[in-house]
Amino acid sequence: MITRFAVILVPWLLLVAVWYAIHYSGFINPSLVPTPHAVALRGWELMHSRLPLDIVMSTQRVFTGVLSGIIVAVPVGFVLGWYRNVRSLIDPLINFFRALPPIALIPLVIVYFGVDELAKTVILFYASFFAGVIVMYEGISQISPIYVRVARTLGASDSEIFRKVILPLAVPHMLTALRVALGVAWATLVASELIAAQQGLGALIQNAGSFFQLDIIYVGIICIGFIALIMDLALRALSRRFLSWQERLA
Amino acid sequence: MSAKPRIVFDHVSVRFPTERGQMQVVEDVSYAIADREFVSIIGPSGCGKTTMMNIVAGFMTASAGSVTLDGRPIAGPGPDRGVIFQEYGIFPWLTVKENIAFGLKLRANRTDEKEREEICQRYMRLMGLSDFAGAWPRMLSGGMRQRLALARAYAVKPQFLLMDEPFGALDAQTRMAMQDLLLEVLAAEGKTVMLITHSVEEAVYLSNRIIVMTARPARIREIIEVPFAYPRSEDLHERREFGELRAHVRQLVMQEYAQQARQKPQADN
Ligand SMILES: Nc1ncnc2c1ncn2[C@@H]1O[C@H](COP(=O)(O)OP(=O)(O)OP(=O)(O)O)[C@@H](O)[C@H]1O
Ligand SMILES: [Mg+2]
Repeated sequence: MITRFAVILVPWLLLVAVWYAIHYSGFINPSLVPTPHAVALRGWELMHSRLPLDIVMSTQRVFTGVLSGIIVAVPVGFVLGWYRNVRSLIDPLINFFRALPPIALIPLVIVYFGVDELAKTVILFYASFFAGVIVMYEGISQISPIYVRVARTLGASDSEIFRKVILPLAVPHMLTALRVALGVAWATLVASELIAAQQGLGALIQNAGSFFQLDIIYVGIICIGFIALIMDLALRALSRRFLSWQERLA
Repeated sequence: MSAKPRIVFDHVSVRFPTERGQMQVVEDVSYAIADREFVSIIGPSGCGKTTMMNIVAGFMTASAGSVTLDGRPIAGPGPDRGVIFQEYGIFPWLTVKENIAFGLKLRANRTDEKEREEICQRYMRLMGLSDFAGAWPRMLSGGMRQRLALARAYAVKPQFLLMDEPFGALDAQTRMAMQDLLLEVLAAEGKTVMLITHSVEEAVYLSNRIIVMTARPARIREIIEVPFAYPRSEDLHERREFGELRAHVRQLVMQEYAQQARQKPQADN
């Protein structure tokens, strides 16, 4: 138990040590690298002012964006994966839109949707949808037809095949799609908040940048990292719960 | 075999499209499998055995000729025809027991909870899978997967069993045990069986008749009646008549394999 704890903790402690080393080494002007304790102190202060709202705003935007994106991506990806001819028709379009970095669309989205919450949701929806739909349809198109055949010989109707064979086989791909979408959405969110937002971790960093408040920038970055980490851990736990039948979990 | 014919192949041919045009896989094959008859199909690898079974199972139709089931054309797969696939198709997301119960939970063969439990327990016991009821298929050995596929198919009590190399992955001892178990199930439940096998020994031991196919395109080389009465037991293997029949069938199969090897270098068409 203690060793397990150490294994988790040691890399982080090492990171902090390196950070201190850089601060005190003299290679870099120390005022450009705030110490970890200064950042921690600032983080504590911010916890009592704007930080909680920033965190809530950012996570909330990611959740709405990813959720709406995935809810559409799952059925669309499913249809594309299952019906090969539909797929070959739509494939170039999907690849075109997926290749566009969502960040490049931000100015256009601002023109059409303004700068409030809707605009951010639209960008995140876009990012999550295209990330999710690809994962979903590639996964579905690789499902082996043998399982459907077996189910048919046992007497399964179309709806039973869908519920009892295709759905369980699609779950791993849904979870992967969710994970990929979450990663993409999180990256896109911060970028969109850097450009146009009053609240959110991206906005926090952006404001701090214009006042040269390096410690606040660090606080923002660390929060972003930890929230992403927590979300990923939660999703992995979810995968373990639903996919214990699979060989090994990433 | 005076019983009525149930599966009838009438001048059946199958062609598959390939890049170099049509490939003839089955050519003008006619035979009938009677009620409760056990027919084995044996022939060189790639000659078209699985293809013939897929037609009976309802996954494809013949290019020419007809295959009928009780006089009616085959409309598609159904629970009356249990299929043991060459590649098993165990559902990896279900446990051993859930795999066996899968068919029993479908609307087509609805069974109540208690009956389902009994059937599952029975086949897990017969197949030596009781200790693995809750295990995921990925934890099973190849032979255990094969036995699970058998249990899953037997559980819904199909009238026909279409078995594609069902015992191929088993060790010699388990294989014999599974053959005897199959004969027991047949004696108790009375099924019509089409078995594809590469084992002459197995074909002679289990069947009423053996159909030896030629190298591709599959035609009927010879249909052999197996005269031994059921119930059969393992001492049959030692009988002289058994050995003679086995030698005869083996010779036919070897000839077809040799034929196939001669054909190999030239292009298919
Ligand atoms: N859907 C298909 N499209 C094209 N060719 C096919 C198709 N299915 C089978 N074939 C070809 O038909 C031939 C016969 O295949 P089949 O699976 O029936 O052989 P088999 O007798 O079962 O062989 P084995 O004993 O190795 O299982 C093979 O040459 C195979 O490549
Ligand atoms: Mg085959």
